[in-house]
This record gives sequence, structure tokens and C-alpha cells, in this order.
Amino acid sequence: MSLTADDVNKIAHLARLGIDKQDIGSYAKDLSGMLDLMTQMGDIDTADVEPMAHPLDQVQRLRSDVVTEADQRTHFQAIAPQVEDGLYLVPKVIE
Amino acid sequence: MHSKTIRQLAQGLRSGDFSSVELTQHFLQRIQQYPELNAYITITEDSAIQAAQAADERLATGDAGSLTGIPIAHKDIFCTLGVKTSCGSKMLANFIAPYNATVVEKFNQAGAVTLGKVNMDEFAMGSSNETSFYSPVRNPWDTQTVPGGSSGGSAAAVAAGLAVAATGTDTGGSIRQPAAFCGITGLKPTYGRVSRYGMIAYASSLDQGGPMTRSAEDAAILLQTMAGFDVKDSTSADVAVPDYLEGLDQPLAGLKIGLPKEFFAEGLDNSIASVLETALAEYQKLGAELVDISMPNLKVAIPTYYVIACAESSANLSRYDGVRFGHRCENPADLADLYTRSRGEGFGKEVKRRILMGTYALSAGYYDAYYLKAQKVRRLISQDFQQALAQVDVIMSPVTPTTAFGIGAKMDDPIAMYLADIYTIAINLAGLPAMSIPAGFSGGLPVGLQIIGNHFAEDRLLNIAHQYQQATDWHKQTPKL
Repeated sequence: MSLTADDVNKIAHLARLGIDKQDIGSYAKDLSGMLDLMTQMGDIDTADVEPMAHPLDQVQRLRSDVVTEADQRTHFQAIAPQVEDGLYLVPKVIE
Repeated sequence: MHSKTIRQLAQGLRSGDFSSVELTQHFLQRIQQYPELNAYITITEDSAIQAAQAADERLATGDAGSLTGIPIAHKDIFCTLGVKTSCGSKMLANFIAPYNATVVEKFNQAGAVTLGKVNMDEFAMGSSNETSFYSPVRNPWDTQTVPGGSSGGSAAAVAAGLAVAATGTDTGGSIRQPAAFCGITGLKPTYGRVSRYGMIAYASSLDQGGPMTRSAEDAAILLQTMAGFDVKDSTSADVAVPDYLEGLDQPLAGLKIGLPKEFFAEGLDNSIASVLETALAEYQKLGAELVDISMPNLKVAIPTYYVIACAESSANLSRYDGVRFGHRCENPADLADLYTRSRGEGFGKEVKRRILMGTYALSAGYYDAYYLKAQKVRRLISQDFQQALAQVDVIMSPVTPTTAFGIGAKMDDPIAMYLADIYTIAINLAGLPAMSIPAGFSGGLPVGLQIIGNHFAEDRLLNIAHQYQQATDWHKQTPKL
């Protein structure tokens, strides 16, 4: 299976991932190679096989709905690119 | 001092032959002496000396454990409070972790001295340490070859005597393969055995932290500190931790070793096959019986792994958005530009490749064909192992098809790089524990032997590795620097 430059642009958009124009072709080639490798899975009959999401087949542990973390907003925001009055700043979303 | 085992060093500290400060200074000096290996991203000299002073006080009062005062290094994937935690990426070049990983916390409490943070493939994606934003690490046995990856800095540091031991993480072979390439002992524990809290996520159903050391005994000492249930990791295993040192001396008479024919077939370098033959003969001398087994679904382990790992990584790495931490682009035009450009600038090529692959595999119309199919094949691979481990006690195999390859040799061909993980990847899919131990040399480069056990059988693996290391001295060989 081979992916086109258009396909790569679409996937990159879904992933919100900037790709340099000159690299699109090489990503298309690499991803096509990976997809070829993945078609090998088609040789295996998986009818009636349950998908395995966890290697030990464990289910998600639940906990009580109580607060366990202390408020560390200032501590965590110290490493943020841009904050003001305790808020994370991003470019204007609503006019 | 840099080639001694943890037990010997702990003895030396207790009998006053040297202090932890002296030991720590010795290692810091060695790190400075061999910068060309590029094993470290960050050296935490001041805090190391402080920790060593504190360790010396604990030793003086008799309040010391087996790791108190022992200088170690952490893979730069483990969050360390107040210290840069880059994960080998430009994305986190400015990330000063606001908390400690559970593993780091446990070593701190044990009184171990952290020398610094060691280099790795970017976000643990790579098998050669060449995808690091901080330049490749060099293999101390031959600096023109790679140390393996992704825990290449950990392996090179331990092999070169730039740390007594190091932490690593293993998603598809990232502890075992560099351990094999650098001639050290590496243990990837059972999925869930070691807490993933504060260990930067790559593929969450596969990631597992473990020890990288000079011997099985040292690995047992490290695992004793690392293992255990952690409420902060939602997939941590609530299973009691045995005494890993206690069983090391058990004899191996009657041990049944399974040899999967799929792992000793075409593709395995002849010189590696012959090293392994000698190693298996040594096990026979120790009383083990060799049994041929077959695991037919192993042949699709690589594609299955790359679907699952890429899918999980595309989800995990969506958190790097330029908003809360990490790299942010200059002057974003709007929110979409902020996300797209910050991620485009912060991630390297291999990481982008895997995000794209994973995004594709999870996208509408392709999910069933790739992700769901891979999860089903994963179950069949896991069942292959369970059937094999019902017949034998452990499985042995190569770790890698060749010895360490040249720097740059596979960088232009990602598929060739992926195929080199053929012997390690299936173990992560099945969540099993596995070790790599030094078993000899080929062309002057180390060769590893892989030992695979059933879930939570780390004690047995350590015992089997330790018995071999009592009978051989491959693990005692050190590179000439």
C-alpha cells in the first residue's frame, strides 16, 4: 500500500504536526514501507480472537472519587511557556 | 573503583576503604574524562556530592541499605524534581521536571547517589541512540559503532564505568538491545512490575522500566528497590515483591530451556549463533535441558508492535502542544498554528514518523484493519508464549541478529532499523520479563543472550543469569577506553 503526499498532509493535519514541505515525499515513502510491513498481519487468521489491550488482561483499577492531589498550580505553571494571573495563555480563540 | 560490583562497593563503604563522596567524585571525574561517549545529557554534580555526603552520614550511623552511597544514573525519561528531563528531545529541552518519578523517589530514599541523566533516543523511539536531539552516544567497545537504543546512554555509561548502574526503559527492546551491544546485564521486568509514574510515556501498554548493571546480582539489588505496587500508576501490578537476592544461588539442575526455532533461523548472524551455542552448552553443564519449541506467530511481531506502539505514541504525544510545558513556537498566528508549529519544531524525524503512522492507524476507516487487527494478533503472540512456557521453565534466544552496527549505517532506512528488534519486541507484546546477559564476543564486540520467563518470574531469571555468571566471566570484561 502506498501513501501519497496528499495523504501525508491529511494525516499531519489530524495530528496537528508541522512537516516541512521538502520532507513530505520522504515521509510518504517511509510510511508506505511501514504499511507494507503491516500487511503481513493479514496472513494471520484472527477470527474469534479477542483483542488484547493489556498484556496481563487486567482491567482498569478504580479509586474513590476524592481529591488526592494538593494544589500546585504555581509550581506547575513555573515551567509553562506563557501564563498570566494563573491562566495559560494561547492566541485569541474567540473574537 | 569503577569496575567493582555493588556488593563490593557497599562493603568498601562500610569498612571505610572509601567514602561515598570519594566514590562519587571518582565517577564524576570519569564522566569528565570521556565526553566523546556522550553518555550524559545532564550531570548533576552538586546534588550528587550532597547526596553522597548524606549517604556517608547514614553509613556512619548504620542506617544504610545496599544502595546507600552508590552512584547511579537515570535515563533522561525519568522525571527528576528540579532537574532537566529532556527525554532526548528538543521538545523538552527546557523542561525542568516539577516532581520525581516513583523510581527516582525510591532510589533517593534508598540513599543512592544520582550522577546525572543519561542520553537516549528521542522519546525512546530508536534502536541506536542516533535519534537523540543531544547527538548520538558512542559504544565504548568501538566508538564508531552505536551503543544500541533507546537506553543507549545507560548502557554506555555502565559499560564504560561512568556509573555503577543505571535505570533504563524497555518498550520493544530498549533495555535488552543496548545491554547486548555494550556487554552489560539488562532486565526488562514484567509489565506493571515497576511503576511508570513519572516515566515519560511512549507506548503505555508496553513501557516498562528496569535495571541496567554489570551483573545479575547488581540487577537483583536494583530491582529490589525499583519494583512494587504504586497507586500513582493505574496499571501497576499489585503483586508481592519477592527477595530477589535470596534465590540467586539455587542450582539449575533440571531447568528446562526452550529454544524457539523461529529465533534461531535465517537472519541470525553466524558468529552470534555460535556464541549462543557455547552459552547454551554452558547451561547444559549447569544441569539444564534444552528443548526445541515453536511459536508460529512470532513472525508478525514486528508489524504488530509498530501498529500498537505508534498508535499509543500518537495519543501519548498529543500532550505536547506548546501550552503547558515544553517547546513553544515564536509568534503563533492562531491556536492551530501554535499546536502545529510547536510540534513540528519540537519533534525529530523518527518521532514524527511514528506519530503519523499511529494517527493513520487510528483514523476513521483504518482502525479495524490496523489497530484492532494488531490487538488480536497480540493475543495470539501472547498465547504462543504461554503454550511454550507450559512446556519449559524459560526461553532463551539471541537479543540481536548482529553485534553493534556502525553509526549512520541504518539511519536512512527506518524499516531496516525496525527489523533489528526481531528478537526483543514480542516479549513486550506479551508483557513478559526478559534479560540480556553478556555471553561472549564476535569481532571484538559483545554478544548478548536473552532469557525470557513467565509473568513475575524475575527472581527465576536473575537466578539463571547469576548461575551463568558464576561459571563464566563474560560480564566482567570491560572495554579499553
